[in-house]
Amino acid sequence: MHADPIGVQTGAHFIDGDHSCAEGAIAAGCRFVAGYPITPSTEVVERMAERFPFVGGIFIQMEDEIASSIAIQGAAWGGKKTMTVTSGPGFSLMMEHIGFAAMTETPCVFVDVQRAGPSTGLPTMPAQGDMMQARWGSHGDYSIIALSPNSPQECFDLTIHAFNLSERYRVPVMMMMDECVGHMIERVVIPEAEKIEIVERKMYEGPKENFQPFDAGRDMVPMMVKAGDGYRIHVTGLTHDERGYPNMTVNTQGRLIQRLMDKIRLNADDIVMYKEEDVKDADVVVVSYGITSRTAIPAIEQAKAKGLKVGHLRLVVVWPFPEKRIKELARHVKSLVVPELNMGQIVYEVERCAAGQCNVVSVPHAGGTVHQPKDILAAIEKSLRGK
Amino acid sequence: MPRTEIKIGGFGGQGVILSGYILGRAASIFDSKSATMIQAFGPEARGSACSAELIISNEAITYPYIVAPNVMVVMSQEAYTKFSPQLAQGGMLLTEEDLVVTHNLRSDIKHYSIPATRIAEELGKRLVLNIVMLGFATAITNVVGREAARKAVKVSVPKGTEELNFAAFEKGYEYGLEVLKKIPEKSLA
Repeated sequence: MHADPIGVQTGAHFIDGDHSCAEGAIAAGCRFVAGYPITPSTEVVERMAERFPFVGGIFIQMEDEIASSIAIQGAAWGGKKTMTVTSGPGFSLMMEHIGFAAMTETPCVFVDVQRAGPSTGLPTMPAQGDMMQARWGSHGDYSIIALSPNSPQECFDLTIHAFNLSERYRVPVMMMMDECVGHMIERVVIPEAEKIEIVERKMYEGPKENFQPFDAGRDMVPMMVKAGDGYRIHVTGLTHDERGYPNMTVNTQGRLIQRLMDKIRLNADDIVMYKEEDVKDADVVVVSYGITSRTAIPAIEQAKAKGLKVGHLRLVVVWPFPEKRIKELARHVKSLVVPELNMGQIVYEVERCAAGQCNVVSVPHAGGTVHQPKDILAAIEKSLRGK
Repeated sequence: MPRTEIKIGGFGGQGVILSGYILGRAASIFDSKSATMIQAFGPEARGSACSAELIISNEAITYPYIVAPNVMVVMSQEAYTKFSPQLAQGGMLLTEEDLVVTHNLRSDIKHYSIPATRIAEELGKRLVLNIVMLGFATAITNVVGREAARKAVKVSVPKGTEELNFAAFEKGYEYGLEVLKKIPEKSLA
């Protein structure tokens, strides 16, 4: 499937990451957004509100983030591709409904333009402090997908990808942006509509009598129907059977939760996405994501100029975590260096995968700005000491 | 062209942000260079001294913030006082001649000025001061080509004002060329 040309503003633009994210959503086919605007994500919904009347979309400014995060799920069951947009404080409020989306397998996209926290923190300044929250913020066991763009161009490309993954796997997908990328203005090239690949929801069109809305079959992802089309559906956050009815037994819980985990875990090879540079023969590999991947580059260049063998692995998809690859690297390198705009979050995953086979060095930062390349360089050098 | 960091300063309402935006757009859309513009947010962006920061380079831009601007364009005294100490060693300072009195200027700084407000007023609208400055900066710094800048002006200003803005750009550009002519060649780095 290709994008509907009505929503695609083909051409080269000089726009910020927030606007680019909005354009990506519209190109992906998003036609319903509910949100409670918050800095530094406001420009995303501003653009959606401005553009939606021309593409047949609906934007609702809701009373809060709790309402926003459930309104999009109602619209998703009404057949729309949907999204909400927020920053840390609002993301916290949305946690309950991220669990609901995971449990009810409702395709939808959550955009979090991260600012420094906790609480209201630094509204106009960047951080990457919500990375663990994106994975674990709601109660219970479930899986999600999270992406981390490092430029306005990627805000466009990855927002489309977020919708595609969300429709394919019927999970909430998180676009983990940050203030720097969101407010940064750069060239964004929007291709022609027929060059944009779009994944559409698998819709059930068989007989109504025997339809079971949560019968996933071997694909692990059930087909969907639209509310109001005459199929019997029941959507609940309670543990439910294939019919969608509450069935609060140990067996049903075990079967359902196992499938919700497996549909991501067993498809991880297809979902995981990272970019590598010079990791072959490297002594040190810097593992980065989002804006931090850009501040890491001058540090890596400086280290190379000093004769060190340094590679770079950038996580484009952060969740599911590319554990296979990190495990492989840990066997071959002397150290992994993990700069992030938080006090150390994804470094825990790296440590888990490295399992003591190499040195793992965190380069924390409380947020408010980005790393100084010299701090990452110092960590690269330190990571080799004594090895 | 290596990484060039540019800071444009003035007060709210002078079109500081727009001139930065046009310069970045000229570089990245019409001049096949890379440009990254960072928007300053906070109380300083509404009222007193405000600024636009951008980086232009022939290579991909990694570190997104400016560290020490190689080029600074200032259109108000307050912006001059606040921002000019940040200039890189040997950097270029471009000022609005009637609005900025330069004092204690470091000897390594190359300074150029233009009476942009007067030129804008002669064109009939003081509002286009920022585009006069943009034309001037384009001629002096050469960070983007003249045609690229003109194209970016065309698509960035309100519809119906293109001719006025072109005129402003050209006046500034020509003034810049004249200024350069008066400088002995060996002092141009």
